[in-house]
Amino acid sequence: MQTDDTSLALAAAGGDAGAFGTLMERQYDRLFRLCFRLTGSQAEAEDLTQDICAALPAKLRSFKGEATFTTWAYRLCVNAAHDRRRRAATHAKAASGWGDWEVNRRAADAEAEAALDWLTQAMRALPDDLRDTLALVLDDMTHTQAGEILGISEGTVSWRISQAKKHLATLRKEGTP
Amino acid sequence: MSDDLDDLKSLMNAATPHPDAARKSENLALAQKNFADLQGSRDGVRLTSDRPKTGIISGVRNMLSTLTSRAGLTASTAIVAVGLVMLSPLGNDLLPPPTDTAFQTAPQPVEPSIAQRKTAPVEPAPQLEVAPMVATEMASDGTAAALPPASPALMSTRANGRMMLDAPVILPENITETFANADTNPIQVTAQNPVSTFSIDVDTASYSVIRNSLSNGQLPPKDAVRVEEMINYFPYDYAAPTGTNAFQPTVTLTPTPWNADTQLMQIAIQGALPDLAERPPLNLVFLIDTSGSMEQPNKLPLLKQSFRLMLGQLRPEDQVAIVTYAGSAGEVLAPTAASERTTILNALDNLGAGGSTAGQAGLQQAYATAAAMSEEGDVNRIILATDGDFNVGLNDPDALKDYIADKRDSGTYLSVLGFGRGNLDDATMQALAQNGNGQAAYIDTLSEAQKVLVDQLGGALFPIADDVKIQVEFNPATVSEYRLIGYETRALKREDFNNDKVDAGDIGAGHQVTAIYEVTPKGSPAERNAPLRYDTPVITQNASDELAFLRLRYKAPGSETSALIETPIQATITGEAGFAAAIAGFGHLLRDGTYTGDWTYADAIKLANDTKGDDPFGYRAEAVQLMRLAESLSAQ
Repeated sequence: MQTDDTSLALAAAGGDAGAFGTLMERQYDRLFRLCFRLTGSQAEAEDLTQDICAALPAKLRSFKGEATFTTWAYRLCVNAAHDRRRRAATHAKAASGWGDWEVNRRAADAEAEAALDWLTQAMRALPDDLRDTLALVLDDMTHTQAGEILGISEGTVSWRISQAKKHLATLRKEGTP
Repeated sequence: MSDDLDDLKSLMNAATPHPDAARKSENLALAQKNFADLQGSRDGVRLTSDRPKTGIISGVRNMLSTLTSRAGLTASTAIVAVGLVMLSPLGNDLLPPPTDTAFQTAPQPVEPSIAQRKTAPVEPAPQLEVAPMVATEMASDGTAAALPPASPALMSTRANGRMMLDAPVILPENITETFANADTNPIQVTAQNPVSTFSIDVDTASYSVIRNSLSNGQLPPKDAVRVEEMINYFPYDYAAPTGTNAFQPTVTLTPTPWNADTQLMQIAIQGALPDLAERPPLNLVFLIDTSGSMEQPNKLPLLKQSFRLMLGQLRPEDQVAIVTYAGSAGEVLAPTAASERTTILNALDNLGAGGSTAGQAGLQQAYATAAAMSEEGDVNRIILATDGDFNVGLNDPDALKDYIADKRDSGTYLSVLGFGRGNLDDATMQALAQNGNGQAAYIDTLSEAQKVLVDQLGGALFPIADDVKIQVEFNPATVSEYRLIGYETRALKREDFNNDKVDAGDIGAGHQVTAIYEVTPKGSPAERNAPLRYDTPVITQNASDELAFLRLRYKAPGSETSALIETPIQATITGEAGFAAAIAGFGHLLRDGTYTGDWTYADAIKLANDTKGDDPFGYRAEAVQLMRLAESLSAQ
């Protein structure tokens, strides 16, 4: 008979600090898990979770309980991940002309990456939209819920999942000759 | 295909690391801090405005906050130029004169300064005038609604009047809950104090508050736990009264679950359930708190839904009026027949929250409305719905008590429905309901509204007996010690039992009241008080097999004199401890567990499960869930 997260979130949106604390305590691991799947690295995931923690209180004020809290929070995660990727892309563009030092450093990075397990690599190799969709579906979301979070139709989710599977199958073939 | 996905999923689950504990606590702390930071600013915003702000100042503010710096510079220069023109003698007539009467009543301290400017030469450099602009801009960044009156250039007479009207009333939004309670009843030695007197209590508020706390993951404050209200929350299978009797007392004696050497004496009262057609017409006044603190989803919106549920239960001859109070009290719906559902629902839907809480003014108006609706033979009842926060007028529970006690004699009943947490003033609510001849319930969910306002509406609205008092005299020959479980706030003096002037609790149609004594038989090893060396010997009566003698007093509704019911209680065990005992034990554990020894939540859960019986609405199953939550929470 625990209060469900949505009512807790509504209480928190109304200014109940206790409810907010309980809610975050309950949700943190889940959010982190999704962040990891969206970013594919622990350090990135920690940072992304921090971004979300920092922004959540302000965002929560507009939470009206139209969607369940999980759906709402996942949408927030996906959007935060997008923002982060965009920032990283800008940063990479700015840093691309940094000469040999940077080139060497990137080569070292690439080697380290090669050592990572097949799955993480595969996830990273997926286009962003496929990866987001797959991360949500792997997190026990139904296709309908994932569609709601990403703002796309259920059919699109199913299509993306099949695309992602094709991608992964190709990658697996390449990875294990 | 789905196998692939399952493989991937298990791989993914294996690959997902656990979050770093240090980062986690850091991030959570950050979230809490940001949350706390936001609250301060929001309170200011929320409590200052009853309606969206329009007008020159906020328009300028919006514009400044959305403009880029370059555009801002252009625009502000333009505004300064316009300001200069307006303040010059030429532009004095450009702005419309104030027409709203509200503005005319507002002080207008700007007049002299404008007059001054009229005489001043029109030559100030733009730089001079930019300073006030900056001040405005800064104020727009801050969240405090009080703008410094530092920009005469922008503040026309009209805008200045508006600012004065909106003088912020910033009220603290701390957790200001107060609960009415007293220390747990102590063990009494029968030889010294054989008589126990108390008023019955049909409230259930305490149980709902406890449920709310537990399901939010916190143990309830000890003072919020009133054991009798927990026990009385549940329906029991008691014998119904026969004939014209208003109620039927049943007494049972069972072993105590938490102490093998004592017994529980359970006094159960079942109120009669008069036929629906025979009930007198009802005049209901909904007194609804629409202060700013009621804005949250679990307050006013839940209240509207609750009353909507209740409306379906009323009969066409019943009448409903709605009085609201916030900064001031007002009648929102004149007395209307319950059959005009649309009118009533519209009035309910139009309620909005804002302002402070003038509870006393609201009560006065509600009593006046109820008096106007009253006809011979009707039942008049005010239903006060509030989060308990009375911050204007009388707000001291004692002063309110006197006021209500005065009004009670008019024959109007006052019931209190509590909503929301945070500033729930349980003490005031208790004071109101106990003294207003009513019932206090706490509504935290729509299902609780269903229970109180639909399933048990008869009990909440139709009184069948007033001022019901219970007095138990224990027989020192068979009982060495006894202890009343709960009813701490309902204790009466021994002599008050026979005094009809002294107020006590009322029973509604179909209400059930349960009171439990833990009694220690003579010679039991559980005796806590050693016999006195210089004690006078107990004179044993010839009725030595009697455990106690029960006296009940009650008045028929509206009657001035009380009737007396007397019955002896035999000292023979009549059965096993029931669900009420499990709840009593649960209440003890939540309070402090002084008298329950090494009995634990696990034992309470087992007993509750064993005695759950027929539980058509799932109330008892829910109680078991709460016990389990309390067990986990107390283990932390």
